[in-house]
Amino acid sequence: MTAAVTPEKPELPGVSGASKKNEEAGTASLRSVARTYAERVRGGELGALPAVLGLIVLCVFFAALRPVFLSELNFANLLTQGAGSIAIAMGLVFVLLLGEIDLSAGYASGVCAAVLAILLTDQGWPWYGAVGAAILTGTVIGLLLGLLVAKVGIPSFVVTLAAFLGFQGIVLMLLKEGTNISIRDRTILAVANDNLSPALGWLLLAVGVAVYAAIQLRQNRNRRHRGLTTAPLALLAVRIGGLAVLGAIAVHLLNQERSRNVIVDSLRGVPIVVPVIAVLLVAGTFLLQRTSFGLHMYAVGGNAEAARRAGIDVAAIRVSAFVICSSLAAVGGIIAASRGNSVDPNTGGSNVLLLAVGAAVIGGTSLFGGRGRVVDAVLGGMVVAVIQNGMGLMGYSSGVKYAVTGSVLLVAAGVDALSRRRAVQR
Amino acid sequence: MTATPILELRGIDKSFGSVRVLHDVSFTVHPGEVTALVGDNGAGKSTLVKCIGGIHPIDGGEYWCEGRQVQVHSPRDAAALGVEIVYQDLALCDNLDIVQNMFLGRERRRGLVLDDATMEEMAAKTLEGLSVRTVKSIRQQVSSLSGGQRQTVAIAKAVLWNSKVVILDEPTAALGVAQTAQVLELVRRLADNGLAVVLISHNMNDVFAVSDRIAALYLGRMAAQVSTSDVTHSQVVELITSGRSGDLGLAHSNGATA
Repeated sequence: MTAAVTPEKPELPGVSGASKKNEEAGTASLRSVARTYAERVRGGELGALPAVLGLIVLCVFFAALRPVFLSELNFANLLTQGAGSIAIAMGLVFVLLLGEIDLSAGYASGVCAAVLAILLTDQGWPWYGAVGAAILTGTVIGLLLGLLVAKVGIPSFVVTLAAFLGFQGIVLMLLKEGTNISIRDRTILAVANDNLSPALGWLLLAVGVAVYAAIQLRQNRNRRHRGLTTAPLALLAVRIGGLAVLGAIAVHLLNQERSRNVIVDSLRGVPIVVPVIAVLLVAGTFLLQRTSFGLHMYAVGGNAEAARRAGIDVAAIRVSAFVICSSLAAVGGIIAASRGNSVDPNTGGSNVLLLAVGAAVIGGTSLFGGRGRVVDAVLGGMVVAVIQNGMGLMGYSSGVKYAVTGSVLLVAAGVDALSRRRAVQR
Repeated sequence: MTATPILELRGIDKSFGSVRVLHDVSFTVHPGEVTALVGDNGAGKSTLVKCIGGIHPIDGGEYWCEGRQVQVHSPRDAAALGVEIVYQDLALCDNLDIVQNMFLGRERRRGLVLDDATMEEMAAKTLEGLSVRTVKSIRQQVSSLSGGQRQTVAIAKAVLWNSKVVILDEPTAALGVAQTAQVLELVRRLADNGLAVVLISHNMNDVFAVSDRIAALYLGRMAAQVSTSDVTHSQVVELITSGRSGDLGLAHSNGATA
């Protein structure tokens, strides 16, 4: 289901949704689609609903109290602030899907960022080589963690807690006891600090919407051709139109001049991290929703024994989840390094991991495994970023910000646990 | 009686360490028939089924399939012969939908991408062939199904692969009255469609309701394999509890009669 790309209606059953009767093929009515959705929500499958509602409420709240929250400058800031932890959260979705946890993802991103900085600055590598090496470092870390969990059988909580401490030490050693390395490579700096030209922003949006529409319509036509039930065209129109409208509003806002002093420096366009995150989102969603590998991931998370009997290599799935998680953590580390213009022992440390786990869970990924999507990381990551950003604007100390973010994580985990209980009781 | 049995075991022996679980067990299964496999706890029903399914290798005896002697060393071998087992704990993933569960581990793909439309078509066709009308949508998650519906999905999953022999391990053990009737009806329909069905059950009512033939195990030996119409309730209970009933069953030393 590529429905995940439409953030405004994330849980609507897609073309392959739950809205059809198997004896009578045809187009499901819009009303029956809505009813099925309502049933699922009542049955405890909240999906991304809480995150979307939370995002709207928070935005209205902060906008009412601090009008500057809605400024174009702040909107762009919000996106670049959230991007690093969104990338890490995307990786965590894979691990959480299996009912495991990776507590070391934050510091793994730190280690990878340190590798990047050292290769770029001390060794003078070109940016692509350094980025490749940083991501490879993440892959190796993930392989190690995954093998310890899946083959040796140590609980992931313990393995990654040990790694959490270990990687913290490795970062310190790599950075020669806490000096920081500044990054001067223009390409790397551009990721979180530069913008697409306004025209390119529009072009990418147009291509994205067109491809999405083409995939959806083709799928629909294929299903109608075979006599399978299809989603109503109105729903497709809402989805495609929603993506186009929301995308257009975002691109339009980001294309406004947001520099305070235009003569010194012009600042307009979509931040480069946005398409980077979008590509990760599409790739991750494709992997989870459209391939056997993704299906096996859900199967192992839902019932590992059933997956084993179905001939799925459960250990391999476990290992690959950790590999994906740490590799995406490396991407998060690169974004963080770009945004900070440097790497220091705190890169990927302090609250980075908790915010990322919070992002995934707030977005609707279950801590019990078997339920979650990559888009959850984006939605939840935006909620976390809005809280951090909005409370910063209101002048609260970081102490209060931590406490509030922690409470939101707890509420999200509570909603997860309760909705699961509700689903089990039926 | 049909010409060749689809599955025939001759003189199967199986021991776990020093414990001899199956003694010289012979067992035949015919297409188009429901064969009930009965016996008390520990009589060897599960072991026999696992031998048939290739989970336990047999120590001695012959395994014949469609008139040819075959070697079955793994579940894969059994599946290749068209033998599918539906276990008591159903081995379904709650978080996946019916189609995904039916194809789990054997998905249809087009290139890299899952071919959802084809799988949905095949699943719908299979369920239709079994006259299953109780599920609202084949795209609903298994977590939203009742016990009987889950059993139906598990059975349909076994049938999907052109299987010839379907072995059901206590399919009605955890079900209510209406759902039991539903599943038994499905079991009967499988046989009527030409499959050979082996039904393991403790419930005499179920056994007499659907089976054509009853095989009773007693302490690891095949006490008797008889036509359901030839025996009474109490005779079967006697076969299960003491291994013999009148002139049926095990003689004093050896030699099963049928």
